[in-house]
Amino acid sequence: MVTSFRIVIASALAVAACAPPAQHTTTAPQIMTTVGTPTDREQTADEQVQHVLSRLTFGARPGDVVRIRQMGVDAFIEQQLRPDRIQDRRLEDWLNQFETLDLTYSELQKTYPRPNEALQALGAANRNSLSQADSAAFRRVVEGLRRVGTEVQTARIGRAVLSERQLNEVMTDFWLNHFSVFAGKNALMRYTIPEYESRAIRPHALGKFRDLLGAVAKSPAMLYYLDNWQSAADSGRPRLEAPRIAQARNRGLNENYGRELLELHTLGVDGGYTQQDVIQVARALTGWTFLPQQPNAQQMRQLSNGAARPARARRNQARVQRAVEQRLPEVGTFFFNPQVHDAGEKIVLGHKLRAGRGIQDGEQVLDIVATHPATAHHIATKLVRRFVSDDPPEALVGLVAAVFTRTDGDIREVVRAIVTSPEFFSSASYRAKVKTPFEVVVSAMRAVDATPDPSPRAAQLVGGLGQPIYGRQTPDGWPDVAGEWMGTGAILNRINFGTAFGAARVPGARPLGWPGAANVMTASREQQVDAVISAFLYGRVSPETREILINGKNPLQQGRARDEEGEIPSARGLAALVGLAVGAPEFQRK
Amino acid sequence: MHRRVFVRSGAMALVTMGLSPSFLRRTAFALQLPKAAKGKVLVCLFQRGAADALSMVVPHGDADYYRLRPNIGIASPARAAGAAGSLDLDGFFGLHPALAPLKPLYDRGLLAPIHAVGSPSATRSHFDAQDYMESGTPDVKGTHDGWLNRYLATCDTCEAGQAEPFRAVAMTPQTPRILQGPAPAVAMTSIDAFTVRSAGGVAERLEALYRTGSADLVHATGAETFDAVKRLREANPARYTPENGAEYPRSEFGQRLRQVAQLIKSDVGLEVAFADVGGWDTHVNQGAATGQLANRLGDFAASIAAFTTDLGDRMGDVVVLTMSEFGRMARQNGNGGTDHGHAGAMFAIGGGVKGGRVHGRWPGLAPEQLYEGRDLALTTDFRTVFTEVTSRHLGATKVEALFPGFEGERALGLLG
Repeated sequence: MVTSFRIVIASALAVAACAPPAQHTTTAPQIMTTVGTPTDREQTADEQVQHVLSRLTFGARPGDVVRIRQMGVDAFIEQQLRPDRIQDRRLEDWLNQFETLDLTYSELQKTYPRPNEALQALGAANRNSLSQADSAAFRRVVEGLRRVGTEVQTARIGRAVLSERQLNEVMTDFWLNHFSVFAGKNALMRYTIPEYESRAIRPHALGKFRDLLGAVAKSPAMLYYLDNWQSAADSGRPRLEAPRIAQARNRGLNENYGRELLELHTLGVDGGYTQQDVIQVARALTGWTFLPQQPNAQQMRQLSNGAARPARARRNQARVQRAVEQRLPEVGTFFFNPQVHDAGEKIVLGHKLRAGRGIQDGEQVLDIVATHPATAHHIATKLVRRFVSDDPPEALVGLVAAVFTRTDGDIREVVRAIVTSPEFFSSASYRAKVKTPFEVVVSAMRAVDATPDPSPRAAQLVGGLGQPIYGRQTPDGWPDVAGEWMGTGAILNRINFGTAFGAARVPGARPLGWPGAANVMTASREQQVDAVISAFLYGRVSPETREILINGKNPLQQGRARDEEGEIPSARGLAALVGLAVGAPEFQRK
Repeated sequence: MHRRVFVRSGAMALVTMGLSPSFLRRTAFALQLPKAAKGKVLVCLFQRGAADALSMVVPHGDADYYRLRPNIGIASPARAAGAAGSLDLDGFFGLHPALAPLKPLYDRGLLAPIHAVGSPSATRSHFDAQDYMESGTPDVKGTHDGWLNRYLATCDTCEAGQAEPFRAVAMTPQTPRILQGPAPAVAMTSIDAFTVRSAGGVAERLEALYRTGSADLVHATGAETFDAVKRLREANPARYTPENGAEYPRSEFGQRLRQVAQLIKSDVGLEVAFADVGGWDTHVNQGAATGQLANRLGDFAASIAAFTTDLGDRMGDVVVLTMSEFGRMARQNGNGGTDHGHAGAMFAIGGGVKGGRVHGRWPGLAPEQLYEGRDLALTTDFRTVFTEVTSRHLGATKVEALFPGFEGERALGLLG
């Protein structure tokens, strides 16, 4: 870390000014893609309403079914495809209570320093040598840094629960998983996350794929997570500018981001690229970097010495140091560093990138991979898996890939093609997906119209169910198929989450917070059961499930089961029913 | 038994209806169920944060050691009596004094330190190195499963019999990388937590919900879950009392090892267990015979010693293998600590272990012997140790599938 950090600072020296990155917002003609008509649909009208709520949103809130039935499923889809036209005041008000979400990397680092830096600032060697007052200040620092990690998680839950722009939220979730990063890589990684979500991913969730890809490639989060920030031309390769200090010359190529760019972000593992392509892509992306932290005084002195001839440096120490400071790029901001850029010729997937170019190399690589047919197929496959079925129908994938290519990677049009297709509204896709842990928690909260608590508790629940937010270690993202989420421990955790939910142990979510609850508080058991089934399971359960909920009996152990709460209809019994519904197998599906 | 097979078959039928390939894989080997009561158990313990191998297994016979570590080196047994010096093993190596609880195991020939072992990858990133140690594929980040899961999934030691829900257990909040993959593995922080937490008839009704209705993946897994909960309850580990006077530390790590012992003695079919313990990233003030690192080592050793005492004769069927993502720099740094290094040390403990001597070739600590001029060099690839333990102890035969691309030695001679 220490070594590579010094190199990046050193190489940052040369970057006084660099041209702003090229814009890639192509203005393709708007193409309305109508691949399916309402008459092709196997699902009944009611099923279609439930289906769009299951797949385009994080689950129905009270009143959603009636609302969509009235406005029509297709009008709802159109509305959700245009999130910019949807008001979202309740969410915006809710988000105002957080401090860290809108801060940049460098602002976060200044406001919420890491514990070791705080100790240095307090002039202490370790926390045991702090005075009482300093000790309190230090605790606030530790608490602040924790907040940087947790607020962004809690906000993900709050947005998914509260936002009216549900499809945009679903797509944000999809892309954050497609371009997955791990906040726990180390302490610095944490500062990259809020900006990553708000600036790299969210604005492009339904935009152009190439814009999204470019924003990710230049994000400190991805640069840091997959190590491209410290990748440099191998020794012996020509560089765009001569490195000023020795360490900058010794560093080598890091293929990590180049590989995942091809394997995970664009072409896919079977996308037809070779190890040579990985190396060439990595070479093209050398110099795409950022400065993770401000150099300390000692590092500054070294840099000043390295940047000028020793004799002059001694005379002009202060002046050189000032010049160094002025020429350093801002901490936490993307810049292109010609001193580590491999200036030789590259051949990427058959395209020749001529020698002697700079940032254009990387931009062209992103152009090449974004428009590659394998990318269209890979992205289409993952989106169809997300919206339609664990096993994406090949015909639909082909059609969606064609839309991707024809619209120049217009994500809105791609999603429209999927969610209006006959396959989307087929009987086979109805409730065929299993919810992720995030979806289990969020959909339960939505069912009771919860206003999530600002504490990290809900995020901890999602983590406890096996899907910590920003906690996927490997760059492949969380799986999107049922088999990966269904394990013995996993089911047990989901059942116990349901029970905790029914017992009002999820802050902000009152188990009887749904409007229909008040009407059946003292109604018969049967009426309570039907109200719960309607509120939490779209009114669709097997006859056995309804019977078990009503009679409180295990048919496998006839006559043995007794349930005092079930005998007397009550608010407590109703809450317990909610817990059962959320823990039930039907609730695990969407 | 019959219901389980029925449920499994029901789930199997769904495969044709379009469930995921991973579920197919899982179902496929669920049908050739693991052999029950084979009895061999592997317990992997991960020291997260890069434990300082040169303080754990002290090369007191190597003069360079004291040159590199004038302040934090552990004194040689000859120079310091009692608690201040290392505990001599063979005249060249010694154990850190805080590892004293492990010394009797070494003396009885049950414990084998392995030195200069680890990953050939040059990375000094905790994250990457832990990833490689758990995936078993150094410098390959695309590996989706962990090597312990690949062992479970290849299942070449299995015969038809009862499925074992507790065949693989991680005493961790989430399934660790090493156990991720298609084969089922249970992650739990405590045995008590592995139950349906609800009162009255609610648990029974939940069970009924999962045992009736459609025979899909969710129901099938739910039915398995209730079987597992029942199985654990019948084994009654709550009434568990450690044997042979074993006293586990009250630390999280100690309590988790206690529960691994509980599971082994409950005969619930445990074959692979995993636990981890942090606090090894000693960049600042790591101390020497006493101090920060010594405290961590003391808890580590006392927990493992209690575990072996508790299991008694059953240690004949158990191998405990400790590991850490890499070692630390040979030279102490300016803060009385050590920075990230390269090769590390492991301990193998068990009845079948050829203990009582230090395994692995010692590369030396002279300037030209150090890796990149600064770290303990690697002489044993961790995959050699993992291969030996899975093949000779657990009986795996398709070891080449466990570590794709690995062409090094398949045994170090740790096991008989």
